[in-house]
Amino acid sequence: MGLDATFQALADPSRRAMVERLSRGPATVSELAAPLAMSLPAVVQHLAVLQGGGLVTSEKVGRVRTCRLEPAALSLAEQWFNQRRAAWEERADRLGEYLKTFPDGEPK
Amino acid sequence: MSTDTLVKRSVAHGMFTVQRTYPGVTPRRVFDAFASIEAKNNWFTAPNEAWDVVEREMDFRPGGRERLVGRWKSGMITDFDATYFDIVAGERIIYAYEMRIDGRKISTSLATLEFKPAPGGGAAFTMTEQGAFLDGYDDNGSRERGTNEIVDKLSAALAKG
Repeated sequence: MGLDATFQALADPSRRAMVERLSRGPATVSELAAPLAMSLPAVVQHLAVLQGGGLVTSEKVGRVRTCRLEPAALSLAEQWFNQRRAAWEERADRLGEYLKTFPDGEPK
Repeated sequence: MSTDTLVKRSVAHGMFTVQRTYPGVTPRRVFDAFASIEAKNNWFTAPNEAWDVVEREMDFRPGGRERLVGRWKSGMITDFDATYFDIVAGERIIYAYEMRIDGRKISTSLATLEFKPAPGGGAAFTMTEQGAFLDGYDDNGSRERGTNEIVDKLSAALAKG
């Protein structure tokens, strides 16, 4: 499994929300979609990225697809450190955007 | 002390570094973005569409505390509870913090933030976190299977920063 794919999978807040949800137990695609402000196809796309990163597996029984965290992929400790790091990468980017509001380093 | 029954006690240590160069600003300007709740709220907290902030306080001095409690769309509540240990104006901030998820303590970490002039101009920012991840919140032994190789790779990747 590529770590790049894992980091990329965790670099998105919606996908992290999905991983957080799944860390508490398996869920159907519609259960995963319910708290997110996005269409079902968008949720399915995010799930595909998580599966590509080796973090999530899914199984279809009848018409219901159930997703769960891939137990062998990462322990919760690794998931946690990945999430902390990804959260800081995002924060550092937001900080950069905020700093752009100070031309020449002086307050606007 | 946790009141959970049958909590399997464990500690996993981890470390990572995030680095950025911000052009056109002084290290002091970047430091200032960490130094007041007004400035920090512009970028530190998750976007408003992701969660609701339940509690927010910040006392920016050695021994002072910072708190950020939020309720996520999933219903999960995260609690960031930090104490500042070292503040050198314009240069360095060190704080220790613990995270709770739904009331349960997940980690205790040390965060070191450094602000320096970048060689080509602008400011170089380095954030290093050293953490102890506690009690796994993982009573599901299946996760131990097959993770050793991943752990080694991950440690190597994190050590590179």
